[in-house]
Amino acid sequence: MAASPAVLNRNQVGGSRSTITARRRSFFADLAGISPTMALFGAFIIVPTAFALFLSFTNWNVDGPIHWAGLANWREFFSDPVSRHSLLVTFELAGLSWLAQTPTAMALGIFVAGTQRYRAVYAALYLVPLLLSTAGLSLMWEEVLFPQFGGLAWLGIHAHMHFLSRNWLGSPDLAFFTIVVIIAWQFVPFHTLIFQAGRRAIPSELYDAASVDGANMRQSFWHVTLPQLRYSIVTSSTLVLVGSLTYFDIIYILTQGGPGDTTRVLAMDMYNVGFNQTEFGYASAIATVLGVLGIVLAIVLVRLSGFGSMEGTQEGTW
Amino acid sequence: MVATATAKAPARVPVPRRAVRAKARSRSKTLGGIRGRSKISRFASFALGTIWLVFVLAPIYYMVLISFRSPNQYLSANAWLPTGGLSLSSYSSIFHATGVGTDFRDSGELAVGTIVVVVTLSLAAGYRIVRRGSRFSAVSFRLILFGIAIPIQAIVIPLYAITNKLHIYDTLYGLVLVLSASLIPVAVLLMVNYLRLIPRQLFDAMAVDGAGPLTTFTHLVVPMARPVLAVISIYAGLGAWNNFLLPLILTQSNNDQVLPLGMYQFASNGEYALNVPVLMAFVMLSALPLLVLYIGLRRQFVKGIGGFALR
Repeated sequence: MAASPAVLNRNQVGGSRSTITARRRSFFADLAGISPTMALFGAFIIVPTAFALFLSFTNWNVDGPIHWAGLANWREFFSDPVSRHSLLVTFELAGLSWLAQTPTAMALGIFVAGTQRYRAVYAALYLVPLLLSTAGLSLMWEEVLFPQFGGLAWLGIHAHMHFLSRNWLGSPDLAFFTIVVIIAWQFVPFHTLIFQAGRRAIPSELYDAASVDGANMRQSFWHVTLPQLRYSIVTSSTLVLVGSLTYFDIIYILTQGGPGDTTRVLAMDMYNVGFNQTEFGYASAIATVLGVLGIVLAIVLVRLSGFGSMEGTQEGTW
Repeated sequence: MVATATAKAPARVPVPRRAVRAKARSRSKTLGGIRGRSKISRFASFALGTIWLVFVLAPIYYMVLISFRSPNQYLSANAWLPTGGLSLSSYSSIFHATGVGTDFRDSGELAVGTIVVVVTLSLAAGYRIVRRGSRFSAVSFRLILFGIAIPIQAIVIPLYAITNKLHIYDTLYGLVLVLSASLIPVAVLLMVNYLRLIPRQLFDAMAVDGAGPLTTFTHLVVPMARPVLAVISIYAGLGAWNNFLLPLILTQSNNDQVLPLGMYQFASNGEYALNVPVLMAFVMLSALPLLVLYIGLRRQFVKGIGGFALR
């Protein structure tokens, strides 16, 4: 971790100004402690980010040399109806996911933050989806939704709940909404945790004060709970929006972007263009759009909410 | 750290919160209190909470039930009730299926390797960042925080090219390095948020005793960091065990195929592709280690899942 003791001792003997010695010593310690992390982070996060941006101005099929293409990929991206459609599907997925996940998670988080014993049991069971990998839960849902032999189809046939026997993942009208529901199933538990912690952190004195002022339950929700949960709301919203903008796994496993291109989000589009058609330049342009959308959204939401500054005032150190 | 603050909240408040709530509730009965907190609303939240519980558990229940059927029972028996015979044949098939054992081993190695790299690096970096000794640490921390916002999906193409160039494409340790890099920003943030709570006086006392950075690290920081190490280990282990995209992009051969990819291949073109009970048994087994962890280390597990969102 530190520079070798011999070096440090020589510094102490030689330098009469101990502050400079200490400063140098801590600089070497920083170098030793942080460099490995920065090397890894730089090689596999920072360099690739810059490289993706660079590749978006080139034509490259991996094996051959990289050809400079100027703005060609970008012109193609903005004129190509397929990519524009993907952009639209991506925004729709993000918007619908937010509508499905954040309010549900808030209601559930408030619910499980309550004091009744059974709610603690519910809270523990709500987290069970988090034990399954995305691949695992996708395959599970595939079997539940499978036409004719799946769990829902069985209910449709044998329990006469005909509305359940549909081609949930194969029909162009349904696949998109089915994907939204499955993603919500996967992630609402996580966001419930955020709201549960947020609700538990609200001092009960605030509710006592509200009730002394004669507030009913709805008023105390609007005037105490909701404002107090604003950081939880921002955290959850940011993660839902950024997460679903870049969502890939479930769609890749369950629909591959289909049927037609109804679930072909940008990440799926990028994968197809890059790894199936080996047009790495154009795929990098799509990837750059993804990255910029994610980063800008995260920054805007954090700035709008003053989330970043909260950290500073709370800890008093940064 | 909000999470620790909430955990310790009852200690700071002189009266335990549950007692305060109970008092408020009894007051609401006598004095009116918050109107509308009636039996009806409590029943409504019970009902809605139960509906969600059914939605959460129904597909898992279905998977468990199907995994205990033989292929014939799967086609003929009730899909939602355990009537019509149960069987362990899927589980015995899965143990004999080719490749499943190595998938588990590869995922295990990937998880352990990733945990070791992420924990070691975030510990060393987190320590130097909280000491705020130089501009280097401040700039590094800013850069790492910015890294949290970079979606991994946006850089998979360069990662594919870079791992090829470095001859670590299609190797487990290449995957360990890339996964660790993707997990390190949150791990460092968790570490810094935790180590900040070490009182400055302890560092000063170490310095007065003549301890250098290395001694301070091994005798003060590492022992103090033990609780957050468990959380970061779980965060990194889960990330490695469950990740699908990076193995999909960065590996291709069977001898370093991890579980999520293995399950996907198994379902799409394995010898059991049409054998749904065996597939469900495979998914069940892949989640088993996490279930054990969840039951054994519930609090750390939840924090590990929460990452920085639950500070």
